[in-house]
Amino acid sequence: MTNLENNTAANSSEFLSDETIDGTITTLNLGPTHPATHGIFQNVLKVDGEKILSSEQTVGYIHRAFEKLAERRPYNQITPITDRLNYCSSPINNMGWHMTVEKLIQADIPKRAQYMRVIIMELARIADHLVCNSVIGVDTGALTGFTYVFQEREKIYDLYEEVCGARLTTNVGRIGGFERDFSPRFHEKLKDFLKTFPKVLNEFDSLLSRNRIFMDRTIGAGPISAQRALDYSFSGPNLRAAGVDYDVRVMNPYSSYEDFDFIIPVGTQGDTYDRFQVRQEEIRQSLKIIEQAYNNLPEGSYKGDVPEFYLPPKDDVYNNMEALIYHFKIVMGETAIPAGEVYHAVEGGNGELGYYLISDGGRSPYRLQFRRPCFIYYQAYPEMITGQNISDAVLTMSSMNVIAGELDA
Amino acid sequence: MKNSLTNDAVLQQLKSEFGEAIMSSENPFDLLTVEVETSKCKDIIGWLKTNPELQINYLTNIGAVHYPDLRGRELAMVYHIHSLVNNFRIRLKAFLSIDRPEIDSIVDLYAGANWMERETFDFYGVIFNGHPNLKRILNEDSMDYFPLRKEYHLEDATREDKDDRFFGR
Amino acid sequence: MGKIEDLQVINGEGYQLGRLEKVVAAARANSVWPLPFATSCCGIEYMATMGSNYDLARFGMERMSFSPRQADLLIVAGTISKKLGPILKQVYEQMAEPKWVLSVGACASSGGIFDTYSVLQGIDRVIPVDVYVPGCPPRPEQIIDGIMKIHDMVRNEPLRRRYSDEYKSLLNKYEIEGNEE
Repeated sequence: MTNLENNTAANSSEFLSDETIDGTITTLNLGPTHPATHGIFQNVLKVDGEKILSSEQTVGYIHRAFEKLAERRPYNQITPITDRLNYCSSPINNMGWHMTVEKLIQADIPKRAQYMRVIIMELARIADHLVCNSVIGVDTGALTGFTYVFQEREKIYDLYEEVCGARLTTNVGRIGGFERDFSPRFHEKLKDFLKTFPKVLNEFDSLLSRNRIFMDRTIGAGPISAQRALDYSFSGPNLRAAGVDYDVRVMNPYSSYEDFDFIIPVGTQGDTYDRFQVRQEEIRQSLKIIEQAYNNLPEGSYKGDVPEFYLPPKDDVYNNMEALIYHFKIVMGETAIPAGEVYHAVEGGNGELGYYLISDGGRSPYRLQFRRPCFIYYQAYPEMITGQNISDAVLTMSSMNVIAGELDA
Repeated sequence: MKNSLTNDAVLQQLKSEFGEAIMSSENPFDLLTVEVETSKCKDIIGWLKTNPELQINYLTNIGAVHYPDLRGRELAMVYHIHSLVNNFRIRLKAFLSIDRPEIDSIVDLYAGANWMERETFDFYGVIFNGHPNLKRILNEDSMDYFPLRKEYHLEDATREDKDDRFFGR
Repeated sequence: MGKIEDLQVINGEGYQLGRLEKVVAAARANSVWPLPFATSCCGIEYMATMGSNYDLARFGMERMSFSPRQADLLIVAGTISKKLGPILKQVYEQMAEPKWVLSVGACASSGGIFDTYSVLQGIDRVIPVDVYVPGCPPRPEQIIDGIMKIHDMVRNEPLRRRYSDEYKSLLNKYEIEGNEE
């Protein structure tokens, strides 16, 4: 096991001067197609026996040029690009983008639509954290939890399907709200999910949380101090595991998050175990938020009044001149937007997901930059694994939830 | 959480500290946006970080924007910085000329700026003086242009099955 | 064991006769070892396919082979950028014959919505592909359908195909060295 006291990530250089175990330093290529990396990243490790002395990262293997692509597309066609950022929690990305545009056009979104968004976004957060936590299980050798919670993820996919028809890359909602209200089957399925899921979560928790092997493997693996985490601009569960209670949902509430009562879980060590526990607790808090939002779902419309962006009903298109014009403009992607500059952040699965949008009044953004939490915190990885064992490095990566699509843009 | 700082107060403090280096300011969507002198940019970020009252010390994002029509100030560096204590966000802008796109790196202030600056270099070719490892990050090292500048095409040049007339090229 | 199609088996006391080609093909088809080269979104759907609801193990694909040396089927799921292209080709070259390639999703098949400077416009520019699965990402049912198509190909492949001039010229087109007889 690793030595806890020496592992404050800041003093990484002192490991280099440590005595080597057998006097030889090996170079190990972890990736880009290594099965333990969960995505395509390369880490060239210098190891002394099992102990990592340094690491050099290469990223960009799935660079897809989102930002350039966004400069060529009309606003409502950018939603599918955001899907593919953090594909474990696409709806959060979609709605973050919708809210950014709504902020720019200063649209009023009815309470009902906001609450509906909260429900979908929190479901997405659960799905995201489930993947991450179950994969930590897989990397410690516990495949059972993974196959078990993937069944529950399928239920979340079913819920997405009821809302938008897609499973993973959801493209859910519209600028202005939703394309339709929740269907009766959605209500049924959501009630069922809220009833059955806590049991599954507890069972999953009892598989790992107090499991001796799991604790031995994860406590002290890949720690980072709160100060270094802030220095590296960490956000989301990884920052909270280090002990900083920064959550965009609380700090800059959007979509009526201020209406809900939930806590921000924080860790103390910033190690793999803390990250696991923070995510577990966040799943519980998400369930709590969903329950509150669902039980208090306000009456009203599921969409705001933004005719320039919201596709009118087919009946109107055939019978109403204005609707026909809007339909035509939206379909052809020729909707102009006020010029302006806006930054909007949402709490994505991995942290502060920001959209920095500059509009020059044209049909597509002049510049759209995504603040991608993965990209920003993954650079701390070498510092976190220096002095650790190779197997801990693998765990650290999966517990940081590094998503290649988000990282490489 | 309520803002305990106001845009005006912060702007006044900045102006009294740096005077001429604060070139202009606006408040789009209540986010204080300050244009600063390029050579003073790092000092200002450092001052914001260490000022005990403001504590604007969480680097949210670094990006660049290309304005081909603005002669002599084609590239805009944009810094978003956040004060977690006061819940206050500020946006700093510094304009660079495309012939000499150089600005001081802030890696020694924020470790997290490392990759953000490398990405900006990769996309726009901005040179960050004092950066420890300024090379391309997302694209291949062999790439010989800066793809996000406006003059370069988005599309892959090797596609033959697409008729340009139908794809607006 | 799955159904062996077109296999005339003559049973007798103490022996069983069948065409060697078909027997070998059936054995191969029912124990394909896949190498998941999952890069992005499609990889998550591939994980769902492996998961308990869709259960890829039903098709004799219980064992994921993360080493290319022991893999029969390369499943490319997700966007392949130009930076990643040479690596994908190397992985393909490291696989032993006979080998098949399944391209999962629009990105791997054609670049998909990412007609951009950094994305390889279809993996068939660097390696030969046997089956394409459309979708962005494809549903697990579609991935399974693609795998069934691969199984069909494996079942019906002549034993000598990998030594044929036709196959060699295919590999030559991609500048990959084939195996010697």
